[in-house]
Amino acid sequence: MDALTHVLAVNAVNPVPARSQMGSSLGFHIILACFGIAFAAITMIAEWIGIRRGDAVALLLARRWSKVMAVLVAVGAVSGTVLSYEMGLLWPGLMGRFGAAIGFPFSMEGIFFFLEAIFVGVYLYGWQRLPPWVHWWSGMPIVVAGILGATSVVAANSWMNSPAGYTLSHGKLTSVDPVSVFFNPSTPYETTHMVLAAYMVTGFVIAGVYAVGLLRGRRDRYHRLGFAIPFAVAGILAPLQVLMGDIIARFIANNQPIKFAAMEYVTTTSRNVPEWIGGIFINGKVYFGAAIPSFNSILVGFSPHTKVIGWDSVPAAYRPPLVTLIHLSFDLMVGIGFFLFALAAWQGWWWWFHRRLLLTPWFLVPSAVSGVAAIAAMEAGWIVTEVGRQPWIVYRVLLVSQAVTSSGGVPITLGVILVLYAILTVVSIGVPMVMSRRWRQETPAEEDAEQVPYGPSPATASATGLPPPPTVPRASPGEPKSL
Amino acid sequence: MSASAEAIAVAAILIVVMAAYALFGGADFGGGIWDLLAGSAERGMAPRELIDESITPVWEGNHVWLVFILVLTWTAFPPAFAAIFTALFVPLALSVLGIVLRGAGFAFRHTAQRLHMRQLTGAVFAAASLITPFFMGTVVGAIATGRVPVHPVGNVLAAWTSPTALFTGFLFVAACAYISAVYLVLEARRRGHQDLTRYFALRATAAGVITGALAGGTLAELSTSSPYVYGRLTGIALPLVAVSIAAGIAVLGMLWLRWYHAVFLRATAAIAVATVVWGWGLAQYPYLFPTSLPLAAGSAPTAALVAEFVVAGLAVLLVAPAFAFLYYLQQRGRLTAADTDADLRLAARLEQTRPTQPAAAPASTGTRITTALVLAMIAIRAIRDVFSPSHRR
Repeated sequence: MDALTHVLAVNAVNPVPARSQMGSSLGFHIILACFGIAFAAITMIAEWIGIRRGDAVALLLARRWSKVMAVLVAVGAVSGTVLSYEMGLLWPGLMGRFGAAIGFPFSMEGIFFFLEAIFVGVYLYGWQRLPPWVHWWSGMPIVVAGILGATSVVAANSWMNSPAGYTLSHGKLTSVDPVSVFFNPSTPYETTHMVLAAYMVTGFVIAGVYAVGLLRGRRDRYHRLGFAIPFAVAGILAPLQVLMGDIIARFIANNQPIKFAAMEYVTTTSRNVPEWIGGIFINGKVYFGAAIPSFNSILVGFSPHTKVIGWDSVPAAYRPPLVTLIHLSFDLMVGIGFFLFALAAWQGWWWWFHRRLLLTPWFLVPSAVSGVAAIAAMEAGWIVTEVGRQPWIVYRVLLVSQAVTSSGGVPITLGVILVLYAILTVVSIGVPMVMSRRWRQETPAEEDAEQVPYGPSPATASATGLPPPPTVPRASPGEPKSL
Repeated sequence: MSASAEAIAVAAILIVVMAAYALFGGADFGGGIWDLLAGSAERGMAPRELIDESITPVWEGNHVWLVFILVLTWTAFPPAFAAIFTALFVPLALSVLGIVLRGAGFAFRHTAQRLHMRQLTGAVFAAASLITPFFMGTVVGAIATGRVPVHPVGNVLAAWTSPTALFTGFLFVAACAYISAVYLVLEARRRGHQDLTRYFALRATAAGVITGALAGGTLAELSTSSPYVYGRLTGIALPLVAVSIAAGIAVLGMLWLRWYHAVFLRATAAIAVATVVWGWGLAQYPYLFPTSLPLAAGSAPTAALVAEFVVAGLAVLLVAPAFAFLYYLQQRGRLTAADTDADLRLAARLEQTRPTQPAAAPASTGTRITTALVLAMIAIRAIRDVFSPSHRR
């Protein structure tokens, strides 16, 4: 622990503005990143159904989703670049000391981001003039690169939680083992958790949109399929995520005990530690919370006698701030996780025995908010892991206050980022809404008149693998029972 | 202490990546600049459409080069990265602001339908295309003049507001506009727009002359502000400078003669820009900050450099073919932004009226019972596991 004494000698700069800026940038980007990781896969499932079964509804969904994806991926590419800049703009003390170590996972991420960006270009703009299966396969690299890219960048974050693969002498990095950096102890847990979260967020958000449509009485096959595909993806992963979360909590109890103590209000190292549900921590006491006796010990070690390390084991200066925020965020994440699991199980049960989509408002209303809930859970999870690591930027190695920039402009850039991201958020939500309204209003005749400049000749319509559109009068959508 | 072979190799990769960003990303910025200068909504419609059509499918891929520059720099040369991002906080923050606005403008302008919204997002996109290269130029100028302290405390305003740095900023803007105009000449020609070909040929010529003048001006400034870099630019790097000048003149000649060869014109213009970047890299050698931070003192441990080398190899293996595929499709006109759903919507509506296929049969009674039993067994096992004493530590 000679790093500790080294750390204490250094003069601290107020890191709060920089931390706020990093937090808000990450909190914004991570939502778009989810769509970058998972949207392509969900779109491709619809496209696969469309091509395979000659299903025009599925193809229409896929093509429209890809248009929304274009907007979200573009904003995500930009907000991701902001994060790369911020590594230097806000944390030169981290990058100057450990850039060589943390850089390798980021470099790998760079490759995957590259592949993703390239094939997004092909996939989004290739609908018209690529053969159907060539087009479908051009989406596959996006899916693979999305998962591997997320793994790489989360591995960098894992390294900050459980640094490995480097040697320091006199506070200077003298050697690096990039492979150990990448596969540090936290990597398998954090990356799996995040990739699952990305698929769940994307799936539940899209499903939520169509749940609203179904609630408003638009119960045609277009809306039912638009709900079912993303809901199935997210719902299948929901139980896995609950299981994963349980495993990770146990890992954190061993690997980052102080973070775990903050998550669970463990003030002193002891046995028979109760599990607090809810509650606010003020001056050593928990108010408004419910405690389940010994349950925390059971969760950590499968026995009420398991010893759980409390935050009294380290000096007050090395305890995370805002324990109430950390604990409540953790509870929120877990609560939502179970809520989504229950929702998925309900539909799963119904599907298994009745082969039908649940269309009762009792199911659709919770489903409509499931997307927002999934986002909230993910954000809460990031609050737990990031705030829980404080005051360290690299756990037990480097303090946030040592890493922060000495440049004076951070409050200004923080203000600009907040305003800019607020606008981007409104527009990122607003644009797909405008798109969907336009799609609903459109009739084929109008759109044909609209596409003059570089629209393909009608002959290319057969590129979808469908028979040419027949000119029959529109029939009102029926109400078939099954999908 | 001289720089290790690994450090030199990674520095060379970094310079190549920077040149690539100048050629690909720079062209996209240049497109934005021409969009800005295209005049009123009516007059500028045709060139704006061409710009939009040629950039839209590729800009995200082109943008990633920048991420690579950042990552390579902080992995291979961490102290330099930390110093640059501390001292040059202001221009870097402004350049990333430009990137955000540009990307947002791009993402949203296609969905904005009303004219004034289109104009707003278009204006944001175009203005941001000006801001970003300018401030990136000032950053490079500040580094080349050795004005970035090795251990800066807070912003160093003087570093990037020197005449050389500002000149470099303008040079970057002009170079982006130049390379973009040359590409757009070929894009217009490929699409058979005679008038637009001439339109951009004229602009490419003007931008070429201005870029040349600014490059000369920057070089002259460097003679006083950074004698070391100037000395090497006119010494060991002189062949590269000469090639750049020759290529620049050759492009002007081709434009004058209206010899719009798809490969030669593009390659010559690219060489004119790339050699300047390479020349700058060679002129700085062996310093990261001339002459205060040598490569050897500022580079990462060897294993990290080797890892970057592997990453670069992977990038060549994976990214290069993918890029080739993207550009192949783009050049073949296989990537189109405008499309219609009309065909699918007609077919989809028709399908809804069709009698639906019989649903897959629900699970039989036997399956139900089996499922329930299996679930119950799992639940019992789980509960027993939790409370069994054997797990106690």
